[in-house]
Amino acid sequence: MRVREKVIYEYSHPGRGASDQWPHDPGQAALSDLPATLRRTRAPELPEVGELETVRHFTRLSQLNFSIDTHFYPLGSCTMKYNPRACNQYAMLPELLARHPLAPESHGQGFLACMYELQEMLKAVSGMEGVALSPMAGAHGEFAGVAMIRAYHRARGDLARNEIIVPEAAHGTNPATATMCGCVVREIPVDAQGDVVLQALKAAVGPNTAGIMLTNPSTLGVFERHIVEVARIVHEAGGLLYYDGANLNAILGKVRPGDMGFDVIHMNLHKTFSTPHGGGGPGAGAVGVGARLLPFMPIPIVGKDGERYRWLAESDLPQSIGRLSAFMGNAGVLLRAYIYMRLLGREGMRRVGEYATLNANYLLKRLQAAGFDAAYPQRRASHEFIVTLRRQARELNVTAMDFAKRLLDYGFHAPTTYFPLLVPECLLIEPTETESKDVLDAFVTAMSQIQKEAEQEPGRVTSAPHTMPVRRLDDVRAARQLDLTWKPTAQP
Amino acid sequence: MSNVPADLKYTKSHEWVRTLKDGTLEIGITDHAQHALGDLVFVEVPEAGRTVKSGEPCAVVESVKAASDVYAPVAGSVTEGNARLAAEPETLNSEPYGSGWLMRLKPAPGALAKAELMPAADYQKMLDAEGG
Repeated sequence: MRVREKVIYEYSHPGRGASDQWPHDPGQAALSDLPATLRRTRAPELPEVGELETVRHFTRLSQLNFSIDTHFYPLGSCTMKYNPRACNQYAMLPELLARHPLAPESHGQGFLACMYELQEMLKAVSGMEGVALSPMAGAHGEFAGVAMIRAYHRARGDLARNEIIVPEAAHGTNPATATMCGCVVREIPVDAQGDVVLQALKAAVGPNTAGIMLTNPSTLGVFERHIVEVARIVHEAGGLLYYDGANLNAILGKVRPGDMGFDVIHMNLHKTFSTPHGGGGPGAGAVGVGARLLPFMPIPIVGKDGERYRWLAESDLPQSIGRLSAFMGNAGVLLRAYIYMRLLGREGMRRVGEYATLNANYLLKRLQAAGFDAAYPQRRASHEFIVTLRRQARELNVTAMDFAKRLLDYGFHAPTTYFPLLVPECLLIEPTETESKDVLDAFVTAMSQIQKEAEQEPGRVTSAPHTMPVRRLDDVRAARQLDLTWKPTAQP
Repeated sequence: MSNVPADLKYTKSHEWVRTLKDGTLEIGITDHAQHALGDLVFVEVPEAGRTVKSGEPCAVVESVKAASDVYAPVAGSVTEGNARLAAEPETLNSEPYGSGWLMRLKPAPGALAKAELMPAADYQKMLDAEGG
């Protein structure tokens, strides 16, 4: 299908609308709370479109989308796994949907019980001693985690600790989080096998070390084999260990971050626990902590007194880093994650890690057999792996981006490209456990076909995509000349 | 094949250093680095007067693929950041050793001698070893 859908402003005609959808006219009374200086003086330019045209517009847009419901989506580091319909169904029970966040606790015991049990299950699967659910994204969870590390050192009067160590194989948001929390980032290298260079770590730790942020398995798609030693070195230096849960899917039910020595972890419920995501969310970045950080957890948390569930607030956790979201964060996402975990159970969760790893290793071996170069051929893949197209770029002048764009024509969402930065011309491929062998085989066939095209008619690959609603976009010009608002004069 | 001018000094992190007549150092990133980053869309240079330590991040280069810090190869005080790059980041792609320079720096006393810089031949060897 190749359709260009107009922007909704192009359907606009003065006076059109869906009057039965309009809110009741609030009149001037509703405005009286706003100071006159803050009120706008002219109406915003909104599209005036009838209900049917609006429905068609957004339905057509949704049909142009690549999504996990329509296509294989092996976007490395994003865990684009299938979102079971049952999770949606139960999260949308009217009793949950209609619950008002300000309703008394006695009216929300069912919801509170779900949240409490979700906290307990996440504690069990991560090996941590406390879990707080309110952070609303992975990066938000990271912020909560590092803020807790800082609060811990401050509470001990250990004020010099403001350095966060980040290995170069860590997730890209880690240095940003550390900086956001007022820390100084110290980067340490990894070796040719993808493991942290312990000598560099030993040289980096000291009385200023607040902690280290690690992703394990790392963004290189390999398990950090020195993790026990890393934990010992950092703890002996007085620092804490932060686990970035971006790649938790690889080890789910098999290895627990708490057992590896981590003091704090964030879990991307929208990845590992299969809630819908992409296009900016909504997500949920629940944080888990070890004993030392329990007093600093963000609120609200759900507690249990006898058979009654209740919100824990400032009076329960006076040293809390505070509130990070309105009410319980993305409650709908949390509910879906809760139901997903209940559907899987303990045994099912173990199979997630096993099949995610099996699928990744199967796909890696098949791609290698088809002539593609693994970035870390001596290492077994975790739940994802890196293929480098450096040879193709050098010999055929066909890049990883060209392969990625051509994959769209073959009906596959492209893997993550050019990340991690350590590996040139890379594709970071994460098939997840929810794909069948047939799909993985079809992906290998498509990659081999593109390789053949790159050798025989490279123009076909370098000018891809050919079958999408839009062709190759000029992303450089788009970034250099930002144009974010629709203007009537721009139309022909 | 990357262009590695023989009259410049280089760092492992792909910066180049040129000594101007008055002893000021001109600093940029190499042809290899700009090629690896791809088309640049944003460049942030340090302000004049800023003092930098050797190895300190002092500029940011951002392409559609990646954002990367640029490290001061030598300790000293910045005399000028290349203002042109804010409006025309593509200059760094087209002329990495010319008008795409990032900053000029007055080295701290003795800093140049202490800096870990390599001649063009060694930098070329490093690139060859990386398979660049």
